[in-house]
Amino acid sequence: MAGSGSPLRVGVLALQGDVREHVRVLTGLGAEATPVRRASELTGVDGLVIPGGESTVIDKLSRGFGLAEPIRDARRRGMPMFGTCAGLILLADRIVDGISGQETFGGLDVTVRRNAFGSQLDSFETDLDVPVVGPEPVHAVFIRAPLVAETGPGATPLAALGDGTVVAVEQGAVMGTSFHPEVTGESRFHRYFLEKVADAAG
Amino acid sequence: MTETSSPSTVGSSRVKRGLAEMLKGGVIMDVVTAEQARIAEDAGAVAVMALERVPADIRAQGGVARMSDPDLIEAIVAEVSIPVMAKARIGHFVEAQVLQALDVDYIDESEVLSPADYVNHIDKWSFTVPFVCGATNLGEALRRINEGAAMIRSKGEAGTGDVSEATKHIRTIGAEIRALSAMSKDELYVAAKELQAPYELVAEVAERGALPVVLFTAGGVATPADAALMMQLGADGVFVGSGIFKSGEPERRAAAIVKATTFFDDPAVIADASRGLGEAMVGINVADLPAPHRLAERGW
Repeated sequence: MAGSGSPLRVGVLALQGDVREHVRVLTGLGAEATPVRRASELTGVDGLVIPGGESTVIDKLSRGFGLAEPIRDARRRGMPMFGTCAGLILLADRIVDGISGQETFGGLDVTVRRNAFGSQLDSFETDLDVPVVGPEPVHAVFIRAPLVAETGPGATPLAALGDGTVVAVEQGAVMGTSFHPEVTGESRFHRYFLEKVADAAG
Repeated sequence: MTETSSPSTVGSSRVKRGLAEMLKGGVIMDVVTAEQARIAEDAGAVAVMALERVPADIRAQGGVARMSDPDLIEAIVAEVSIPVMAKARIGHFVEAQVLQALDVDYIDESEVLSPADYVNHIDKWSFTVPFVCGATNLGEALRRINEGAAMIRSKGEAGTGDVSEATKHIRTIGAEIRALSAMSKDELYVAAKELQAPYELVAEVAERGALPVVLFTAGGVATPADAALMMQLGADGVFVGSGIFKSGEPERRAAAIVKATTFFDDPAVIADASRGLGEAMVGINVADLPAPHRLAERGW
């Protein structure tokens, strides 16, 4: 992360979901985190976090309030984006088990399966090895989580469960996790993301 | 990349509270049929509450209100992909066991149903499924959290379409939290005694300036402006019971309440969302309800 100059400005898509938790982690890392609910608010940020929440709701509101296309444009122009859980779904190029008409912003060459582990009774926490953020395991919380059912050639898996299920991916400046690093005091994913934001901001 | 084979844990506090955290900024809608559940999901509900009768009908028809028929709950679970909640009677841990066996995502131990136990609430720690419980004040909220509730909703007065009790309860909880935050450490012991809540939870709330779990509001929300009012008063999200499917145009009203909840601080969006919604639910003024018919007084 940039050690000098003005802080990096990172937007957190604030239509619905665990916005507060992401803002807390980003702020703790020295970034200036601002909620984004309108297209105009997107122009002032160097990167965008898409939080956990209900992907169908975030999708609908982002289209209803004219935010979906500007997000796609910003991503195509190279704005770094990081999605957790619902955010991973929204950054996937393809989804299965979405609701009728559900769309995504895209950016990750993956097929994501929504609610892949089952109901809330199947939500779980576990330790994961994620070498890209460091040798210490990541304590990962999966809540009605999606998984990466298929990884295309453009995307790189970052972590998998014991059965090989991919649960974290990146593709250039875009990254996504099935789990919620923002709710466990884990800051290494956000730090890794801020490095991408710093690179893109030049 | 390497693969991980660590043991995994289900039903932890972190996982239970986590789902509620993901619902923040959203609207949870009461539905009584699979068709209504579909309408709710399409309108942008963040979850649905599956029940046999909405509170307005429970109020009108009277009698004992119980857990819904498993067939109905399963039909709703099958219809939608968003989380499904269902209500158990206060203290009725067997209804809760049944709901958990039906694979619902959250149980509401609810005063809208007839209590099954006038002394004890359900021991919610003993379940894998998370619980949401109602509260009219901070002490009640903390007692429920102490019993294992992973989410709190302020009660309001369900089935009335009158938002005044919801306002009172969310304001009360907020004011009591602010009061705790202003106290010195040695005052918290007496505060815990007065709140009739465990000292550890009281100290945690004082430190955080917030409940340790997500706080939604419920009971009388009928319009987009009602929902935004609750959000401006500090709610993390909104339950809408009778307000949607007892109104003239449920689809439009549901979508409008979702918009107003997200843009709760933007009067222009709320104004736009409020246009042309048809008849709101008729409603009952809470002041006209004799005390024995107030649901919020169930639970303690």
